[in-house]
Amino acid sequence: MTFDLSVPSQLMAAFAPDMLLMGGAMILLLWAAWRPESEAHQRSVGVASIVLCVTVIIAIAFYIARGDSSLPGIIAVDNFRWTADIVFLIATIGTIALSMDYNAKEGITAGESHVLLLLATSGMMTLAAARDLMIVFLGIEIMSVAVYVLAGLNRRSEKSAEGALKYFLLGAFSTAFLLYGIALVYGATGTTNLTLIGTRVAQVGLSSNAMLVVGIAMLIIGFGFKVALAPFHMWAPDVYEGAPTPITAYMAAAVKAAAFAAFMRVWLEAFSGVTSSWHGPIWWLAVATMVVGNLIALSQKNIKRMLAYSSIAHAGYILVTIATSTTASTGAFMFYLIAYTLATFGAFGVIVALERDGASQLNIEDYAGLWTVRPWLASAMAVFMLALLGFPIFGGIGFFAKYWIIQSALQAPVPQTKLAIILVLTSVVSAGYYLYVVMVMFMRPRKEDALPFLRTGGWTKFVIGAAAILILILGVLPNSVVRWTQRSNNVVPVAAATPQITAVSNVSNPR
Amino acid sequence: MLAESLALSAVLFTIGVIGVLTRRNAIIIFMCVELMLNAVNLTFIAFSRYYGAAGQVFVVFVMTVAAAEAAVGLAIIISIFRHRQSVNLQNINLLRG
Repeated sequence: MTFDLSVPSQLMAAFAPDMLLMGGAMILLLWAAWRPESEAHQRSVGVASIVLCVTVIIAIAFYIARGDSSLPGIIAVDNFRWTADIVFLIATIGTIALSMDYNAKEGITAGESHVLLLLATSGMMTLAAARDLMIVFLGIEIMSVAVYVLAGLNRRSEKSAEGALKYFLLGAFSTAFLLYGIALVYGATGTTNLTLIGTRVAQVGLSSNAMLVVGIAMLIIGFGFKVALAPFHMWAPDVYEGAPTPITAYMAAAVKAAAFAAFMRVWLEAFSGVTSSWHGPIWWLAVATMVVGNLIALSQKNIKRMLAYSSIAHAGYILVTIATSTTASTGAFMFYLIAYTLATFGAFGVIVALERDGASQLNIEDYAGLWTVRPWLASAMAVFMLALLGFPIFGGIGFFAKYWIIQSALQAPVPQTKLAIILVLTSVVSAGYYLYVVMVMFMRPRKEDALPFLRTGGWTKFVIGAAAILILILGVLPNSVVRWTQRSNNVVPVAAATPQITAVSNVSNPR
Repeated sequence: MLAESLALSAVLFTIGVIGVLTRRNAIIIFMCVELMLNAVNLTFIAFSRYYGAAGQVFVVFVMTVAAAEAAVGLAIIISIFRHRQSVNLQNINLLRG
């Protein structure tokens, strides 16, 4: 059905999956606080949270199956929103599953940690739905406030507290920039609604309006901090290293994906009429982020820091799709988020499995000879590293993700050939650190004095296995899915064939 | 009136940015961030004279969110104080590399 968002009941219906998650999280929060903290209670709250996430995914599948859309309003009802929501929820399930084992290992017994993840995810779903700068702001804050707490979850660890403080101060600082940008865009156009901003900037020809240009610049800085683009990335490695490992995975995958989803929608719906006033800065940010992220990652010894810099590099690749901003690049963007989320979760799952309490055993050198002791873990880690690298076949879906970004950049009306070339060159550089991990695991002998690895928890095994299998299966399937969608355009598969989904074209002509 | 209000809020915002970049005490940095948020609120109020109530509604949201952020932020600052007996960022340097 088509929702008329000016009617409150229909607005509620269009927002129902998000409300379901928020309401469920509130109830779980009460339940988590009801019983005294214990290891068993922490696990049961975690399982209940996973069940809630699955329920919300089913509700979203119901909306997709009905093919809902909406009239212009403060939130969007389209495939872009639903696909992003599913990515966030899958990432949340992965985080909760890893957290249950990690909390047991680190002696964290607070069941509320899982509920905080649900609250952060409800903020992300709000962000993916937002079609008004007011909702963008609310979504970012609901998400960020919960993640500030999660970053400092391990109260006994000084590093965790330090990471949380840095994250909080820079997060609040960047929010102020984002808000100032929103205020100036509001001043230049007289509205906070993305659709109205889009029509007004095109009609009135505001591309050289100083207030609008400064507003866009402020928004770029604000979003740049949130998604960790160079040169706004300094906080990311420190925070990622300090935070508990499952939360690091959550920040590297879900938080980044949510901020990017809002970034993409704001840019395509509001500012696609004034490309000339932002294309240059975005282009240079993409180049700087790809180069800086990949070069610094080469020199990292700690695997969490290495993956932090790698996530900065991936933010650069994703920014290429915003610099291109066509319908095809929206599809490539969504597909990349799926691939990147799966590979990131798998890699952090392996780190959780191998980490000993007190955050030791985190250096890449500690993985030497992993193949001889834990062949399955080593093989899975190799798949995740190759997927992040974008290696064909063994890297599965990672290869197609990069392929579609390059494809969309080259086939745009204004081809971004230079960006595509830099993307390929920096990816070659990234082989230096991804393949190094693989080399250490498979070719170095196990050290004599190395500590034995702990037994891998059941939930951790589940996350690693599911991520590896999905990466490999989707790495074989995309071709057939694409061919199939070319034959029959009436059914649009949701996740696997997102390059076919035209989020923004759905926005302009609702079904 | 509009030009003066915008100039004032831009000055306040800049003072906040300079404060965040130069001060090393976590509480003072946090106060500077609040100053930046209030500068933005002033901008919204100034524009809402011309564009209607949306700007004022936004200000209410910003104040609510800032209060929630302050609650979490001060808790984080207390937790770092428990570890180090200091909230000076110069002493906080475990993570680097």
